[in-house]
Amino acid sequence: MTDGARTATRPGREPREVATHCPYCALQCGMRLREEDGRVAVLPRQFPTNRGGLCQKGWTAAELLDHPERLTTPLLRDPRTGELRPASWDAALDRIVAGVRAVQRGHGRDAVAVFGGGGLTNEKAYALGRFARVALRTRHIDYNGRFCMSSAAAAGMRAFGVDRGLPFPLADLGRADTLLLVGANPAETMPPLVRWLAEQRERGGRLIVVDPRLTATARQADLHLQPLPGTDLAVANALLHVALTEGLVDREYVAARTTGFEAVRRSVTAWWPARAEALSGVPAADLEATARALGTAERAIILTARGAEQHAKGVDTVTGFVNLALALGLPGRPGSGYGCLTGQGNGQGGREHGQKADQLPGYRRIDDPAAREHVAGVWGVPADELPGPGVPAYELLDSLGTPAGPRALLVFGSNPVVSAPRAARVERRLRGLDLLVVVDFLLSETAALADVVLPTAQWAEEDGTMTNLEGRVLRRRALRPPPPGVRTDLEILAGLTARLRAGATPVPPPAGEEDGGDPRAVFAELRRASAGGPADYAGVSWERIDERDGVFWPCPAEDGPDTPRLFVDRFATPDGRARFHPVEHRPAAEEVCAEYPLHFTTGRVLAQYQSGTQTRRVAALRRAAPDAFVELHPDLAARLGIGDGELVRVVSRRGELRAPARLSAAIRPDTVFAPFHWGGAARANSVTNDAVDPVSGMPEFKICAVRLERVERP
Amino acid sequence: MTGRVVIVGNGMAGARLAAELHARGGDRKVTVLGAEPHRAYNRIMLSTLLAGKIGEADVELAEAAGHGVDLRPGVTVTAVDRADRTVRTDDGDRIAYDHLVLATGSRAVVPPLPGLDGLRLPDRVVPFRTLDDCRRILAVADGAHTALVLGGGLLGLEAARGLAARGLAVGVVHPLPYLMERQLDPAGAAVLAGTLAGLGVTTHLAVSATRVVADADGVRLDLADGRSLAADLLVLSCGVRPDTDLAAAAGLAVERGVLVDDRLRTSDRRISAIGDCAQHDGALTGLVAPAWAQARVVAQVLTGEDPLARYRPRPAVTRLKAAGIDLAAMGDPADGGAGEELTFADPARGTYARLRIRDERLTAAILLGDNPAVGTVVQLFDRGEPVPADRRSLLLGRAFGAAPAAPAATPALMPDAATVCQCNHVSKGALVSCWRSGARTVDAVVAATRAGTGCGGCRDAVAGIVDWLSEVDSVEVAR
Repeated sequence: MTDGARTATRPGREPREVATHCPYCALQCGMRLREEDGRVAVLPRQFPTNRGGLCQKGWTAAELLDHPERLTTPLLRDPRTGELRPASWDAALDRIVAGVRAVQRGHGRDAVAVFGGGGLTNEKAYALGRFARVALRTRHIDYNGRFCMSSAAAAGMRAFGVDRGLPFPLADLGRADTLLLVGANPAETMPPLVRWLAEQRERGGRLIVVDPRLTATARQADLHLQPLPGTDLAVANALLHVALTEGLVDREYVAARTTGFEAVRRSVTAWWPARAEALSGVPAADLEATARALGTAERAIILTARGAEQHAKGVDTVTGFVNLALALGLPGRPGSGYGCLTGQGNGQGGREHGQKADQLPGYRRIDDPAAREHVAGVWGVPADELPGPGVPAYELLDSLGTPAGPRALLVFGSNPVVSAPRAARVERRLRGLDLLVVVDFLLSETAALADVVLPTAQWAEEDGTMTNLEGRVLRRRALRPPPPGVRTDLEILAGLTARLRAGATPVPPPAGEEDGGDPRAVFAELRRASAGGPADYAGVSWERIDERDGVFWPCPAEDGPDTPRLFVDRFATPDGRARFHPVEHRPAAEEVCAEYPLHFTTGRVLAQYQSGTQTRRVAALRRAAPDAFVELHPDLAARLGIGDGELVRVVSRRGELRAPARLSAAIRPDTVFAPFHWGGAARANSVTNDAVDPVSGMPEFKICAVRLERVERP
Repeated sequence: MTGRVVIVGNGMAGARLAAELHARGGDRKVTVLGAEPHRAYNRIMLSTLLAGKIGEADVELAEAAGHGVDLRPGVTVTAVDRADRTVRTDDGDRIAYDHLVLATGSRAVVPPLPGLDGLRLPDRVVPFRTLDDCRRILAVADGAHTALVLGGGLLGLEAARGLAARGLAVGVVHPLPYLMERQLDPAGAAVLAGTLAGLGVTTHLAVSATRVVADADGVRLDLADGRSLAADLLVLSCGVRPDTDLAAAAGLAVERGVLVDDRLRTSDRRISAIGDCAQHDGALTGLVAPAWAQARVVAQVLTGEDPLARYRPRPAVTRLKAAGIDLAAMGDPADGGAGEELTFADPARGTYARLRIRDERLTAAILLGDNPAVGTVVQLFDRGEPVPADRRSLLLGRAFGAAPAAPAATPALMPDAATVCQCNHVSKGALVSCWRSGARTVDAVVAATRAGTGCGGCRDAVAGIVDWLSEVDSVEVAR
């Protein structure tokens, strides 16, 4: 018997049913799962966010539970044949620990790195951060949320002193008189959220969408601003300029609740609408109409998403919209505010509990002595033994296998071969490692390169908590145990820790080790570790979540209130005031030129999710969105002699992708688009730019320079 | 060696250069000498200030003070001594430079009319150029009911619009037959005049002024056609002249402006000139965009960021944007050469558009009033990118042709393959099959197909199809 493995009996005769949440995006729609005769059905559930709705991804989520490609045994790469072969858990864990030891002996503790994911539960994200800092004692841990939420997070931190995607309940969207969506396409990325937009418009509210493409969401808008990619910051500054000249600034609020306005006021003086118009292509009149709609509304909300954030100036762009919201007096006013739409399922919780290179649980800074003291106390280690900050995700990935970088990497819940920028280079880096371990339930493109692959449980097979885009902590509930031979991430971490502990380095036992990584015990420890931090979960219990459709953090005491609405009285800054920061538009890291004359941007389609590891294997989703494509305007297609459906090549300085052309007047003629859900020849990230934001480390996924060519079929 | 940079002028060009240098860091010392006593401000916003919508503080620009930038407002440079590379100031100082940048701007032209002679204008007669001019206009306008503007160019119309917004009845006197003749054509100018009339601005065209008579109570403008117009205030907007006195006195090559090469260097390689005072390739600019482009080039060269940087003039876009007026003009409106011409006019609603296209590129455009494609037109012109195959989109809006498909009048006309529910990828055919297999209510069809369970946007369409199915003979449907 291998340690910690368990034999599950299933299917049970009695139908089983649990109330849980969808495994995919940050909306975390409520759903019920029902198992009968071994088959699992997804059933609707009334929950305050999705109100019974689900998109096709949610309805079909259970198909992967018994998928034929599901991994049910560890895989080890055979050194002779180079192939991945089934192996025992003992052999796999021994191989990992031996590899970790060898690398750390030869190159130091930081030569081992951990890469996490925004889909992991809070318990797993927390345990992973602890595992890196306490068991591996490496400073190198970061996660794919760096590619997702980091720009909005950094902007939120510096303006409000805290980063919670929506600082108010989602239902506020339905009551907004004016709602501005910047670089957000929820009609494809989180369809049930659109119910709130429909409600908003039924009540007579105005919806304004900023997007270089006429997306399904933009089609529903009263006003669509269609800027050139990379010019959102100019748009934001011009909107604030108009707010100033039109007398829409809430001077009382600015005086009472903020600092730093004067510098911002003077900086946006230089952004008169016609200047932003020439740069962005958004008509000055539309900028004025937008500012007025926001500034005269009783309840106005500004939301940003990846379209505005995934840039080398993402933090500044978000800050531009935060400045606008603050000048109009929106944040903290009930029914109004600024927020960002979180992407991944636990993108919010995943960034709060220690997966981030510079953070400890509770959204504490790892370079803050008091925070280190507190967390080290919970972990039972001396604070000075905790490693310092590591480096952001792309920098970490790009250093792998290089003389200065880590030589071993453990990946949990992520597929950077498809999702990282400049992916061909990242793939080369991964291939150069001494040891690559991937924990997943399917053989992702990244797992396929690994030395060791560990099969892990899926969402319907584990308990835990997730924190949705509103900062609402939710319960994920297990319907049934994992298949025989499969372990949960927590069990895997417990097994690895136990083995590492058996060696020379003393490692305190992780929470719930005696149970092989019991999530409830891990959560209890997470609560203590987060206590007193910005994301304080101390008062959140699983029982409390069960009682009331989730608990909004911060929630410091079990008998005290939670916080559906932040900033009502004060901001989370030392003086309680929000901070303005002047931000200047700057060009994209790579501008178009004669050789690469077109802008390239990436995004999602409705029926696929992230790197597609899961959704590409669901039959119904594959039928709905079978292949990658390159979207381009018919005028551009005509100039290049490209017909609809013809195979084209998108070429940047970093690489190329090949996919069929899809002609659409919904995109600007100077811009081409491809979805990022596919690997191989159609991998959009072969093309994207690895320039990163200097503050957040966010790569510039949303704009680079390319040329487009027709591929002559042989 | 460019360790000490002295910038003469703290206007749009000089302040911008200081900011560009500041942003690039380094340990050079930058001294900005501004003759005007206040912070740098955005001249483009002066008409908004005139309109009373904002206060003086709202036109202030961010300043690059500190970190090696010594900002000295209210200091006039009286001479440049090129031999020992110093400038002299009216406060008796002498400042050494390694590189000197002239950003002295331009001055309002005071027309040679009887009554306007001498250096001192009557109190009720004010040019419209600087913040101080603005203050004087506002001081007179306070309590005034009527104003005259002499000059119907861009600045004159901005002043007129600003004063009209304060509630003054404004008359614009323009010697040429139509307004903004450098940017507009007669038809467009006529529409603009109509728009202005609606805003309280009357225009007197093709008539020149012959005399100004001003006293403490008012001002009278005599016209060549024998009329006399009376008002409480007369604003002069008769063009500007580059301020080249300092350069000329220093012996630099000067024509209308200070002559500069592609790197904005004057005839002395240690002295540059940018903005309104500079004359590059025979042309004066008078607009912000080229001045800022020039500031950038000078900063790139001086900091060594790009020693080979060159100023490449781009065709100018003139934009008049104020409440009730939306005008964009670019290229030469008089260009009557080969090519296509698109026009659209709706004078009753103040809309006029004329675009000229040659070799798939825009060569000139006038857009006045509500033109939803104005942003696209400006960008296509500015970047020299090809125009859309469907030219109508340049007149009628950027999204033309991309509107969502209108729903079929009846579900009967919808093809089976048509997707009704995008979120769950449900076709009309799938809904029909569901009906056939026994689902008879919207809820039953929704539960079976999941149509309408995502964003919910197709619920009405699904209900419509169920209604239609329940109306038509089910046998008919089955067949």
